[in-house]
Amino acid sequence: MSPDFSPIWVSLKTAFTATALVLVLGLAAAAWRLHRRSRLWELLDGALLLPLVLPPTVVGFFLLVLFGRTGPLGRLLWRFGVTVVFSWPATVIAATVVTFPLMYLIARGALEQVESSTLDAARTLGSSEWEVFLRVALPLAWPGILAGTVLAFARALGEFGATLMLAGNIPGRTETIPVAIFFAIEAGDTRHALGWAAVVLVISLATLAAMGAWTRYQRAYLVRGPVRAERSQRGA
Amino acid sequence: MALEVDIEKNFPDFKLHVTLAAGQKPLGILGASGAGKTMTLRAIAGLEAPARGRIALNGRTLYDSSKGISLASRARRVGLLFQHHALFPHLTVEENIAFGIRKLEARECARRVSEQIAAMHLSGLERRYPLQLSGGQQQRVALARALAPQPAALLLDEPFSALDAHLRSQLERQLRETLAGYDGVALVVSHNLEEIYRLCDELVVLDKGCVIARGSREDIFRRPPNRQTALLTGCKNFSRAKMVDPHRVEALDWGCTLRVEAGVPRGPDHLGIRAHHVRLATPQLSPQAAGENTFPCWVAATSEAPFHVTLYVRLNAPATGPSDYHLQVEITQEQWANLKSGPFPWSAQLGPDRLFLLPD
Repeated sequence: MSPDFSPIWVSLKTAFTATALVLVLGLAAAAWRLHRRSRLWELLDGALLLPLVLPPTVVGFFLLVLFGRTGPLGRLLWRFGVTVVFSWPATVIAATVVTFPLMYLIARGALEQVESSTLDAARTLGSSEWEVFLRVALPLAWPGILAGTVLAFARALGEFGATLMLAGNIPGRTETIPVAIFFAIEAGDTRHALGWAAVVLVISLATLAAMGAWTRYQRAYLVRGPVRAERSQRGA
Repeated sequence: MALEVDIEKNFPDFKLHVTLAAGQKPLGILGASGAGKTMTLRAIAGLEAPARGRIALNGRTLYDSSKGISLASRARRVGLLFQHHALFPHLTVEENIAFGIRKLEARECARRVSEQIAAMHLSGLERRYPLQLSGGQQQRVALARALAPQPAALLLDEPFSALDAHLRSQLERQLRETLAGYDGVALVVSHNLEEIYRLCDELVVLDKGCVIARGSREDIFRRPPNRQTALLTGCKNFSRAKMVDPHRVEALDWGCTLRVEAGVPRGPDHLGIRAHHVRLATPQLSPQAAGENTFPCWVAATSEAPFHVTLYVRLNAPATGPSDYHLQVEITQEQWANLKSGPFPWSAQLGPDRLFLLPD
Protein backbone atom coordinates (compact mmCIF):
# COMPACT_ATOMS: atom_id res chain seq x y z
CA MET A 1 0.00 0.00 0.00
CA SER A 2 1.35 3.41 -0.90
CA PRO A 3 1.28 5.61 2.14
CA ASP A 4 -0.53 8.91 1.82
CA PHE A 5 1.82 11.71 2.81
CA SER A 6 -0.71 14.47 2.17
CA PRO A 7 -1.27 15.27 5.90
CA ILE A 8 2.35 16.44 6.12
CA TRP A 9 1.86 18.95 3.31
CA VAL A 10 -1.52 20.04 4.56
CA SER A 11 -0.10 20.50 8.04
CA LEU A 12 3.01 22.38 6.94
CA LYS A 13 1.11 24.53 4.46
CA THR A 14 -1.47 25.36 7.09
CA ALA A 15 1.06 26.02 9.83
CA PHE A 16 3.26 28.27 7.65
CA THR A 17 0.31 30.22 6.26
CA ALA A 18 -1.28 30.65 9.67
CA THR A 19 2.05 31.69 11.23
CA ALA A 20 2.64 34.30 8.53
CA LEU A 21 -0.88 35.65 8.98
CA VAL A 22 -0.64 35.67 12.74
CA LEU A 23 2.77 37.36 12.65
CA VAL A 24 1.34 40.26 10.67
CA LEU A 25 -1.96 40.43 12.54
CA GLY A 26 -0.50 39.90 16.00
CA LEU A 27 2.24 42.46 15.42
CA ALA A 28 -0.20 44.99 14.01
CA ALA A 29 -2.56 44.52 16.94
CA ALA A 30 0.28 44.75 19.45
CA ALA A 31 1.71 47.90 17.83
CA TRP A 32 -1.74 49.43 17.64
CA ARG A 33 -2.48 48.64 21.25
CA LEU A 34 0.85 49.85 22.62
CA HIS A 35 -0.03 53.47 23.35
CA ARG A 36 -3.67 52.99 24.22
CA ARG A 37 -4.45 52.69 27.88
CA SER A 38 -8.20 53.07 28.31
CA ARG A 39 -10.71 50.69 29.90
CA LEU A 40 -12.32 50.04 26.55
CA TRP A 41 -9.07 48.68 25.18
CA GLU A 42 -8.70 46.41 28.17
CA LEU A 43 -12.09 44.92 27.34
CA LEU A 44 -11.00 44.43 23.75
CA ASP A 45 -7.86 42.76 25.07
CA GLY A 46 -10.07 40.25 26.83
CA ALA A 47 -11.85 39.46 23.58
CA LEU A 48 -8.56 39.09 21.70
CA LEU A 49 -7.16 36.73 24.31
CA LEU A 50 -10.27 34.59 24.61
CA PRO A 51 -9.13 31.87 22.14
CA LEU A 52 -6.14 31.24 24.41
CA VAL A 53 -8.26 30.20 27.37
CA LEU A 54 -11.26 28.63 25.63
CA PRO A 55 -11.13 24.92 24.78
CA PRO A 56 -10.25 24.63 21.05
CA THR A 57 -13.47 22.76 20.39
CA VAL A 58 -15.43 25.73 21.72
CA VAL A 59 -13.42 28.07 19.48
CA GLY A 60 -14.15 25.69 16.62
CA PHE A 61 -17.82 25.69 17.47
CA PHE A 62 -17.97 29.49 17.46
CA LEU A 63 -16.14 29.56 14.13
CA LEU A 64 -18.58 27.05 12.75
CA VAL A 65 -21.49 29.21 13.84
CA LEU A 66 -19.80 32.27 12.32
CA PHE A 67 -18.80 30.69 9.02
CA GLY A 68 -21.66 28.19 8.63
CA ARG A 69 -24.07 28.74 5.79
CA THR A 70 -26.55 30.44 8.12
CA GLY A 71 -23.89 32.31 10.07
CA PRO A 72 -23.32 36.05 9.49
CA LEU A 73 -19.93 35.64 7.77
CA GLY A 74 -20.88 32.41 6.06
CA ARG A 75 -23.96 33.94 4.46
CA LEU A 76 -21.93 36.92 3.22
CA LEU A 77 -19.26 34.69 1.69
CA TRP A 78 -21.90 32.41 0.19
CA ARG A 79 -23.08 35.34 -1.92
CA PHE A 80 -19.63 35.48 -3.47
CA GLY A 81 -19.70 31.76 -4.05
CA VAL A 82 -17.23 31.00 -1.28
CA THR A 83 -17.73 28.25 1.25
CA VAL A 84 -15.26 28.17 4.09
CA VAL A 85 -16.45 25.22 6.15
CA PHE A 86 -14.71 21.94 5.30
CA SER A 87 -12.26 23.65 2.91
CA TRP A 88 -8.49 24.05 3.25
CA PRO A 89 -8.76 27.76 4.23
CA ALA A 90 -10.79 26.57 7.21
CA THR A 91 -7.68 24.87 8.62
CA VAL A 92 -5.81 28.15 8.25
CA ILE A 93 -8.61 30.13 9.89
CA ALA A 94 -8.80 27.71 12.81
CA ALA A 95 -5.02 27.72 13.35
CA THR A 96 -4.82 31.50 12.98
CA VAL A 97 -7.56 32.22 15.50
CA VAL A 98 -6.13 29.79 18.04
CA THR A 99 -2.53 31.04 17.76
CA PHE A 100 -3.31 34.74 17.46
CA PRO A 101 -3.45 35.46 21.23
CA LEU A 102 -0.06 33.83 21.71
CA MET A 103 1.56 36.02 19.08
CA TYR A 104 -0.27 39.13 20.24
CA LEU A 105 0.78 38.68 23.87
CA ILE A 106 4.41 37.96 23.09
CA ALA A 107 4.72 40.74 20.51
CA ARG A 108 3.15 43.22 22.91
CA GLY A 109 5.51 42.17 25.67
CA ALA A 110 8.51 42.48 23.38
CA LEU A 111 7.46 45.93 22.14
CA GLU A 112 6.75 47.15 25.66
CA GLN A 113 10.31 46.22 26.66
CA VAL A 114 11.74 48.78 24.27
CA GLU A 115 12.67 51.88 26.25
CA SER A 116 10.39 54.80 25.54
CA SER A 117 13.28 57.28 25.61
CA THR A 118 14.90 55.43 22.71
CA LEU A 119 11.70 55.85 20.71
CA ASP A 120 11.48 59.51 21.75
CA ALA A 121 15.04 60.03 20.57
CA ALA A 122 14.08 58.73 17.12
CA ARG A 123 11.12 61.11 17.07
CA THR A 124 13.27 64.15 17.85
CA LEU A 125 15.64 63.00 15.11
CA GLY A 126 13.00 63.49 12.47
CA SER A 127 11.36 60.07 12.28
CA SER A 128 7.67 59.54 11.65
CA GLU A 129 5.78 57.12 13.89
CA TRP A 130 6.00 54.51 11.15
CA GLU A 131 9.78 54.94 10.88
CA VAL A 132 10.13 54.82 14.66
CA PHE A 133 8.33 51.49 14.63
CA LEU A 134 10.18 50.06 11.66
CA ARG A 135 13.70 51.27 12.45
CA VAL A 136 13.79 51.23 16.23
CA ALA A 137 10.92 49.41 17.96
CA LEU A 138 10.81 46.43 15.62
CA PRO A 139 14.56 45.67 15.47
CA LEU A 140 14.84 45.97 19.25
CA ALA A 141 11.79 43.80 19.89
CA TRP A 142 12.69 41.35 17.14
CA PRO A 143 14.27 38.56 19.26
CA GLY A 144 11.10 38.38 21.36
CA ILE A 145 8.83 38.53 18.37
CA LEU A 146 10.75 35.76 16.66
CA ALA A 147 10.44 33.54 19.72
CA GLY A 148 6.71 34.22 19.62
CA THR A 149 6.60 33.28 15.96
CA VAL A 150 8.27 29.93 16.64
CA LEU A 151 5.81 29.22 19.44
CA ALA A 152 2.92 30.19 17.20
CA PHE A 153 4.19 27.87 14.49
CA ALA A 154 4.44 24.95 16.92
CA ARG A 155 0.96 25.66 18.23
CA ALA A 156 -0.47 25.92 14.70
CA LEU A 157 1.14 22.64 13.75
CA GLY A 158 -0.47 20.90 16.72
CA GLU A 159 -3.91 22.49 16.30
CA PHE A 160 -6.60 19.81 16.47
CA GLY A 161 -9.94 20.69 18.06
CA ALA A 162 -10.91 23.84 16.24
CA THR A 163 -9.56 22.46 12.96
CA LEU A 164 -11.64 19.34 13.19
CA MET A 165 -14.79 21.33 14.00
CA LEU A 166 -14.40 23.83 11.16
CA ALA A 167 -12.46 21.93 8.51
CA GLY A 168 -13.39 18.35 9.17
CA ASN A 169 -11.29 15.47 7.94
CA ILE A 170 -11.01 15.43 4.18
CA PRO A 171 -7.88 13.52 3.17
CA GLY A 172 -5.61 15.57 0.89
CA ARG A 173 -7.45 18.81 1.68
CA THR A 174 -8.13 19.39 5.34
CA GLU A 175 -6.64 16.35 7.02
CA THR A 176 -3.69 17.60 9.08
CA ILE A 177 -1.31 15.30 10.97
CA PRO A 178 -3.03 15.64 14.39
CA VAL A 179 -6.38 14.89 12.76
CA ALA A 180 -4.85 11.94 10.86
CA ILE A 181 -3.46 10.54 14.15
CA PHE A 182 -6.85 10.77 15.81
CA PHE A 183 -8.64 8.94 13.00
CA ALA A 184 -5.89 6.34 12.69
CA ILE A 185 -6.24 5.51 16.38
CA GLU A 186 -10.01 5.47 16.08
CA ALA A 187 -9.74 2.98 13.25
CA GLY A 188 -7.37 0.84 15.33
CA ASP A 189 -4.44 1.58 12.99
CA THR A 190 -1.71 2.05 15.62
CA ARG A 191 1.08 1.66 13.08
CA HIS A 192 -0.04 4.69 11.08
CA ALA A 193 -0.63 6.72 14.22
CA LEU A 194 2.88 5.90 15.41
CA GLY A 195 4.32 6.97 12.05
CA TRP A 196 2.52 10.32 12.18
CA ALA A 197 3.57 10.83 15.77
CA ALA A 198 7.19 10.30 14.69
CA VAL A 199 6.80 12.90 11.94
CA VAL A 200 5.41 15.45 14.41
CA LEU A 201 8.29 14.68 16.78
CA VAL A 202 10.83 15.34 14.01
CA ILE A 203 9.24 18.62 12.98
CA SER A 204 9.00 19.76 16.63
CA LEU A 205 12.62 18.85 17.34
CA ALA A 206 13.69 20.73 14.20
CA THR A 207 11.74 23.77 15.38
CA LEU A 208 13.38 23.61 18.81
CA ALA A 209 16.81 23.25 17.23
CA ALA A 210 16.16 26.27 15.02
CA MET A 211 15.13 28.27 18.07
CA GLY A 212 18.24 27.20 19.96
CA ALA A 213 20.44 28.22 17.05
CA TRP A 214 18.72 31.58 16.94
CA THR A 215 19.31 32.13 20.67
CA ARG A 216 23.02 31.35 20.24
CA TYR A 217 23.16 33.74 17.30
CA GLN A 218 21.52 36.40 19.46
CA ARG A 219 24.16 35.96 22.17
CA ALA A 220 26.90 36.11 19.55
CA TYR A 221 25.30 39.28 18.20
CA LEU A 222 25.95 41.02 21.51
CA VAL A 223 29.68 40.31 21.36
CA ARG A 224 29.99 40.57 17.61
CA GLY A 225 30.69 44.28 17.90
CA PRO A 226 34.13 44.16 19.59
CA VAL A 227 35.27 41.50 17.13
CA ARG A 228 34.34 43.72 14.23
CA ALA A 229 35.90 46.77 15.85
CA GLU A 230 39.15 44.95 16.58
CA ARG A 231 39.33 43.75 13.02
CA SER A 232 38.90 47.21 11.64
CA GLN A 233 41.55 48.53 14.03
CA ARG A 234 43.98 45.85 13.00
CA GLY A 235 43.24 46.62 9.38
CA ALA A 236 43.95 50.30 9.90
CA MET B 1 17.81 83.22 17.39
CA ALA B 2 15.07 82.90 19.99
CA LEU B 3 12.92 80.40 21.73
CA GLU B 4 9.75 81.59 23.43
CA VAL B 5 7.79 79.29 25.65
CA ASP B 6 4.58 79.92 27.53
CA ILE B 7 2.85 76.68 28.40
CA GLU B 8 0.47 75.27 30.96
CA LYS B 9 -0.43 71.75 31.90
CA ASN B 10 -2.31 70.31 34.84
CA PHE B 11 -1.16 67.26 36.70
CA PRO B 12 -2.87 65.48 39.58
CA ASP B 13 -0.46 66.95 42.13
CA PHE B 14 0.69 70.18 40.56
CA LYS B 15 0.15 72.68 37.82
CA LEU B 16 2.90 73.37 35.33
CA HIS B 17 3.03 76.95 34.12
CA VAL B 18 6.30 77.89 32.53
CA THR B 19 7.17 81.02 30.62
CA LEU B 20 10.68 81.44 29.39
CA ALA B 21 12.67 83.00 26.60
CA ALA B 22 16.10 81.94 25.46
CA GLY B 23 18.39 83.58 22.95
CA GLN B 24 21.94 83.12 21.80
CA LYS B 25 23.30 82.37 25.27
CA PRO B 26 22.63 79.02 26.93
CA LEU B 27 19.73 79.18 29.36
CA GLY B 28 19.79 77.03 32.47
CA ILE B 29 16.68 75.64 34.11
CA LEU B 30 17.28 74.96 37.76
CA GLY B 31 14.84 73.19 40.03
CA ALA B 32 14.37 70.36 42.47
CA SER B 33 13.31 67.01 41.05
CA GLY B 34 9.64 67.02 40.21
CA ALA B 35 9.59 70.77 39.60
CA GLY B 36 8.63 70.28 35.94
CA LYS B 37 12.02 70.74 34.26
CA THR B 38 11.99 67.57 32.19
CA MET B 39 8.32 68.06 31.36
CA THR B 40 9.13 71.52 30.00
CA LEU B 41 11.87 70.16 27.75
CA ARG B 42 9.65 67.35 26.53
CA ALA B 43 6.89 69.83 25.68
CA ILE B 44 9.34 71.95 23.67
CA ALA B 45 10.59 68.85 21.86
CA GLY B 46 7.03 67.84 21.04
CA LEU B 47 7.07 64.67 23.11
CA GLU B 48 4.50 65.93 25.59
CA ALA B 49 1.42 67.95 24.77
CA PRO B 50 0.76 70.98 26.98
CA ALA B 51 -2.84 71.89 27.76
CA ARG B 52 -2.54 75.52 26.72
CA GLY B 53 0.00 78.00 25.51
CA ARG B 54 2.50 78.76 22.81
CA ILE B 55 5.98 77.68 21.79
CA ALA B 56 7.86 79.52 19.07
CA LEU B 57 11.36 78.96 17.77
CA ASN B 58 13.00 81.62 15.60
CA GLY B 59 9.58 82.98 14.70
CA ARG B 60 8.32 79.52 13.72
CA THR B 61 5.29 78.42 15.74
CA LEU B 62 5.85 74.93 17.11
CA TYR B 63 2.79 74.91 19.28
CA ASP B 64 -0.14 77.25 19.70
CA SER B 65 -3.25 76.01 21.45
CA SER B 66 -5.34 79.02 20.39
CA LYS B 67 -4.63 78.30 16.71
CA GLY B 68 -4.70 74.55 17.08
CA ILE B 69 -1.08 74.22 15.96
CA SER B 70 1.09 71.43 17.29
CA LEU B 71 3.99 70.38 15.11
CA ALA B 72 5.06 66.76 15.35
CA SER B 73 8.33 66.20 17.13
CA ARG B 74 10.06 65.24 13.88
CA ALA B 75 9.25 68.60 12.27
CA ARG B 76 10.42 70.81 15.15
CA ARG B 77 14.16 70.73 14.55
CA VAL B 78 14.75 70.45 18.26
CA GLY B 79 17.53 68.18 19.50
CA LEU B 80 17.15 66.53 22.87
CA LEU B 81 19.90 64.95 24.94
CA PHE B 82 18.42 62.46 27.39
CA GLN B 83 19.56 61.72 30.93
CA HIS B 84 20.56 58.21 29.96
CA HIS B 85 21.85 58.74 26.42
CA ALA B 86 18.94 56.75 24.83
CA LEU B 87 21.21 55.53 22.04
CA PHE B 88 19.94 52.90 19.63
CA PRO B 89 21.56 49.71 20.95
CA HIS B 90 21.22 47.87 17.64
CA LEU B 91 23.12 50.51 15.67
CA THR B 92 26.83 51.31 15.68
CA VAL B 93 28.22 54.67 16.79
CA GLU B 94 28.33 55.80 13.16
CA GLU B 95 24.81 54.63 12.45
CA ASN B 96 23.54 56.29 15.62
CA ILE B 97 25.01 59.64 14.63
CA ALA B 98 23.72 59.28 11.08
CA PHE B 99 20.20 58.38 12.21
CA GLY B 100 18.78 61.89 12.03
CA ILE B 101 20.47 62.76 8.73
CA ARG B 102 20.09 59.50 6.80
CA LYS B 103 17.80 61.16 4.28
CA LEU B 104 20.50 63.61 3.26
CA GLU B 105 22.68 62.89 0.29
CA ALA B 106 25.11 60.10 1.21
CA ARG B 107 28.24 62.23 0.90
CA GLU B 108 26.85 65.06 2.99
CA CYS B 109 25.69 62.55 5.58
CA ALA B 110 29.14 60.94 5.76
CA ARG B 111 30.77 64.37 6.00
CA ARG B 112 28.62 65.40 8.94
CA VAL B 113 29.14 62.10 10.71
CA SER B 114 32.92 62.36 10.46
CA GLU B 115 32.73 65.98 11.54
CA GLN B 116 30.83 64.97 14.70
CA ILE B 117 33.15 62.01 15.31
CA ALA B 118 36.11 64.37 15.26
CA ALA B 119 34.45 67.07 17.37
CA MET B 120 33.37 64.59 20.06
CA HIS B 121 36.71 62.72 20.07
CA LEU B 122 35.11 59.45 19.05
CA SER B 123 37.45 58.34 16.31
CA GLY B 124 38.27 54.65 16.45
CA LEU B 125 34.86 53.89 17.95
CA GLU B 126 32.80 54.27 14.76
CA ARG B 127 31.90 50.62 14.52
CA ARG B 128 31.33 49.94 18.18
CA TYR B 129 27.88 49.34 19.59
CA PRO B 130 26.64 51.56 22.44
CA LEU B 131 26.90 48.71 24.95
CA GLN B 132 30.64 48.54 24.28
CA LEU B 133 31.24 52.18 25.22
CA SER B 134 31.91 53.86 28.56
CA GLY B 135 29.27 56.15 30.02
CA GLY B 136 31.11 59.26 28.90
CA GLN B 137 31.55 57.95 25.37
CA GLN B 138 27.88 57.02 25.20
CA GLN B 139 26.82 60.51 26.19
CA ARG B 140 29.23 62.03 23.65
CA VAL B 141 27.72 59.86 20.92
CA ALA B 142 24.28 61.00 22.03
CA LEU B 143 25.42 64.62 21.82
CA ALA B 144 26.89 64.01 18.35
CA ARG B 145 23.68 62.33 17.27
CA ALA B 146 21.58 65.27 18.50
CA LEU B 147 23.86 67.84 16.82
CA ALA B 148 24.27 66.12 13.43
CA PRO B 149 20.91 67.32 12.02
CA GLN B 150 21.92 70.89 13.05
CA PRO B 151 18.87 71.49 15.22
CA ALA B 152 17.61 75.03 15.77
CA ALA B 153 17.45 74.31 19.50
CA LEU B 154 19.38 71.89 21.67
CA LEU B 155 17.82 70.72 24.91
CA LEU B 156 19.98 68.98 27.49
CA ASP B 157 18.19 67.07 30.21
CA GLU B 158 20.55 66.46 33.15
CA PRO B 159 23.29 65.55 30.69
CA PHE B 160 25.75 64.37 33.33
CA SER B 161 23.50 62.66 35.82
CA ALA B 162 24.48 59.12 34.81
CA LEU B 163 28.23 59.74 34.94
CA ASP B 164 30.79 59.53 37.72
CA ALA B 165 32.64 62.59 38.94
CA HIS B 166 35.70 62.35 36.71
CA LEU B 167 33.72 61.81 33.52
CA ARG B 168 31.33 64.54 34.51
CA SER B 169 33.98 67.23 34.49
CA GLN B 170 35.41 65.92 31.22
CA LEU B 171 32.06 65.90 29.49
CA GLU B 172 31.21 69.27 30.97
CA ARG B 173 34.32 70.78 29.42
CA GLN B 174 33.41 69.17 26.12
CA LEU B 175 29.89 70.49 26.36
CA ARG B 176 31.02 74.03 27.17
CA GLU B 177 33.19 73.95 24.07
CA THR B 178 30.32 72.58 21.98
CA LEU B 179 27.81 75.12 23.25
CA ALA B 180 30.24 77.97 22.58
CA GLY B 181 30.37 76.96 18.92
CA TYR B 182 26.70 76.04 18.65
CA ASP B 183 24.60 78.27 16.47
CA GLY B 184 21.20 77.85 18.05
CA VAL B 185 19.22 78.05 21.26
CA ALA B 186 20.53 75.89 24.08
CA LEU B 187 18.60 74.90 27.19
CA VAL B 188 20.26 73.01 30.02
CA VAL B 189 18.27 71.36 32.78
CA SER B 190 20.08 70.41 35.94
CA HIS B 191 19.82 70.30 39.67
CA ASN B 192 23.58 70.61 40.02
CA LEU B 193 24.30 74.24 40.93
CA GLU B 194 27.90 74.39 39.92
CA GLU B 195 27.44 72.70 36.56
CA ILE B 196 24.55 74.88 35.57
CA TYR B 197 26.39 78.00 36.73
CA ARG B 198 29.42 77.12 34.66
CA LEU B 199 27.41 76.23 31.55
CA CYS B 200 24.75 78.93 31.48
CA ASP B 201 24.79 82.71 31.66
CA GLU B 202 21.07 83.06 32.16
CA LEU B 203 18.97 81.06 34.58
CA VAL B 204 15.34 80.25 35.20
CA VAL B 205 14.39 78.71 38.52
CA LEU B 206 11.41 76.36 38.64
CA ASP B 207 9.53 75.32 41.74
CA LYS B 208 6.40 73.17 41.72
CA GLY B 209 5.82 73.86 38.06
CA CYS B 210 6.19 77.64 38.24
CA VAL B 211 8.99 80.04 37.42
CA ILE B 212 10.04 81.66 40.69
CA ALA B 213 13.13 83.50 39.50
CA ARG B 214 14.86 84.44 36.31
CA GLY B 215 17.84 86.54 35.35
CA SER B 216 21.60 86.45 34.98
CA ARG B 217 23.32 83.73 36.96
CA GLU B 218 25.20 86.31 39.04
CA ASP B 219 21.98 88.04 40.08
CA ILE B 220 20.20 84.82 40.90
CA PHE B 221 23.03 83.56 43.05
CA ARG B 222 23.93 86.88 44.68
CA ARG B 223 20.43 88.19 45.28
CA PRO B 224 17.93 85.35 45.19
CA PRO B 225 14.49 86.98 45.09
CA ASN B 226 12.80 84.49 47.39
CA ARG B 227 13.40 81.75 49.89
CA GLN B 228 12.90 78.84 47.45
CA THR B 229 15.44 80.30 45.04
CA ALA B 230 17.93 80.83 47.86
CA LEU B 231 17.38 77.22 48.90
CA LEU B 232 17.77 75.88 45.35
CA THR B 233 20.92 77.90 44.82
CA GLY B 234 22.43 76.21 47.84
CA CYS B 235 21.78 78.59 50.72
CA LYS B 236 21.80 76.59 53.96
CA ASN B 237 20.87 79.13 56.66
CA PHE B 238 17.46 80.70 57.06
CA SER B 239 15.76 82.54 59.87
CA ARG B 240 12.36 84.11 60.21
CA ALA B 241 12.82 87.86 60.30
CA LYS B 242 11.15 90.90 61.84
CA MET B 243 11.93 94.45 60.82
CA VAL B 244 13.22 96.67 63.63
CA ASP B 245 14.05 99.81 61.66
CA PRO B 246 14.99 100.46 58.00
CA HIS B 247 18.52 99.20 58.60
CA ARG B 248 18.06 96.53 61.19
CA VAL B 249 16.24 93.22 61.26
CA GLU B 250 15.64 90.81 64.09
CA ALA B 251 16.50 87.22 63.18
CA LEU B 252 13.95 85.32 65.25
CA ASP B 253 15.47 81.84 64.80
CA TRP B 254 19.02 82.94 65.43
CA GLY B 255 18.21 85.13 68.45
CA CYS B 256 20.03 88.24 67.28
CA THR B 257 19.49 91.59 65.61
CA LEU B 258 21.40 92.23 62.45
CA ARG B 259 22.25 95.31 60.46
CA VAL B 260 21.45 94.81 56.80
CA GLU B 261 22.89 96.68 53.89
CA ALA B 262 20.11 97.13 51.40
CA GLY B 263 17.21 99.19 52.71
CA VAL B 264 14.80 96.72 54.26
CA PRO B 265 12.04 95.94 51.78
CA ARG B 266 8.62 95.91 53.30
CA GLY B 267 8.19 92.88 55.47
CA PRO B 268 11.02 90.51 54.66
CA ASP B 269 9.81 87.17 56.00
CA HIS B 270 13.15 85.49 56.05
CA LEU B 271 16.82 86.17 56.29
CA GLY B 272 19.39 83.93 54.70
CA ILE B 273 23.14 83.61 54.56
CA ARG B 274 25.27 81.11 52.68
CA ALA B 275 27.32 78.65 54.71
CA HIS B 276 30.65 79.85 53.33
CA HIS B 277 29.81 83.51 53.92
CA VAL B 278 29.77 83.29 57.72
CA ARG B 279 33.18 84.33 59.02
CA LEU B 280 34.58 82.62 62.08
CA ALA B 281 37.47 83.79 64.25
CA THR B 282 39.21 82.60 67.36
CA PRO B 283 40.06 83.75 69.91
CA GLN B 284 36.91 85.82 70.22
CA LEU B 285 37.40 89.28 68.79
CA SER B 286 37.21 92.29 71.08
CA PRO B 287 34.09 94.42 70.56
CA GLN B 288 36.15 97.14 68.86
CA ALA B 289 37.87 94.78 66.44
CA ALA B 290 34.76 92.71 65.78
CA GLY B 291 32.73 95.13 63.72
CA GLU B 292 29.01 94.82 63.19
CA ASN B 293 26.89 91.67 63.21
CA THR B 294 29.51 89.78 65.17
CA PHE B 295 28.45 87.36 67.88
CA PRO B 296 30.11 84.94 70.25
CA CYS B 297 29.53 81.39 69.05
CA TRP B 298 30.05 77.77 70.04
CA VAL B 299 30.43 74.74 67.77
CA ALA B 300 27.73 72.07 68.22
CA ALA B 301 28.94 69.55 65.65
CA THR B 302 31.30 69.16 62.73
CA SER B 303 31.25 67.20 59.51
CA GLU B 304 34.45 66.80 57.52
CA ALA B 305 34.72 66.42 53.75
CA PRO B 306 38.07 65.97 51.95
CA PHE B 307 38.59 69.66 51.28
CA HIS B 308 36.17 71.49 53.46
CA VAL B 309 34.53 71.21 56.86
CA THR B 310 30.96 72.00 57.83
CA LEU B 311 30.54 73.40 61.33
CA TYR B 312 27.19 73.57 63.09
CA VAL B 313 27.36 76.72 65.16
CA ARG B 314 25.25 78.15 67.97
CA LEU B 315 25.25 81.88 68.60
CA ASN B 316 25.42 83.58 72.00
CA ALA B 317 25.47 80.46 74.22
CA PRO B 318 27.16 77.07 74.39
CA ALA B 319 25.36 74.33 72.47
CA THR B 320 23.54 71.74 74.56
CA GLY B 321 23.84 69.00 71.96
CA PRO B 322 24.84 68.30 68.35
CA SER B 323 21.47 69.42 66.99
CA ASP B 324 21.36 72.63 69.01
CA TYR B 325 22.71 75.05 66.39
CA HIS B 326 21.73 78.17 64.46
CA LEU B 327 24.04 78.22 61.47
CA GLN B 328 25.89 75.90 59.14
CA VAL B 329 29.30 77.29 58.35
CA GLU B 330 31.53 75.95 55.64
CA ILE B 331 35.29 76.52 55.84
CA THR B 332 38.31 75.02 54.13
CA GLN B 333 40.41 72.33 55.75
CA GLU B 334 43.22 74.92 56.16
CA GLN B 335 40.94 77.33 58.01
CA TRP B 336 39.74 74.44 60.12
CA ALA B 337 43.30 73.54 61.05
CA ASN B 338 43.85 77.10 62.28
CA LEU B 339 40.57 77.34 64.14
CA LYS B 340 40.03 74.01 65.77
CA SER B 341 42.30 74.31 68.80
CA GLY B 342 41.00 77.80 69.70
CA PRO B 343 39.07 78.16 73.00
CA PHE B 344 35.32 78.88 72.91
CA PRO B 345 33.59 81.19 72.40
CA TRP B 346 34.67 82.02 68.89
CA SER B 347 33.41 84.97 66.89
CA ALA B 348 30.92 84.61 64.05
CA GLN B 349 30.38 87.49 61.69
CA LEU B 350 27.37 87.71 59.38
CA GLY B 351 28.45 90.46 56.98
CA PRO B 352 25.61 92.88 56.15
CA ASP B 353 26.47 92.58 52.46
CA ARG B 354 26.15 88.80 52.65
CA LEU B 355 22.66 88.65 54.13
CA PHE B 356 19.68 87.98 51.90
CA LEU B 357 16.35 89.53 52.71
CA LEU B 358 13.73 87.20 51.39
CA PRO B 359 10.06 87.94 50.95
CA ASP B 360 8.04 84.79 51.07
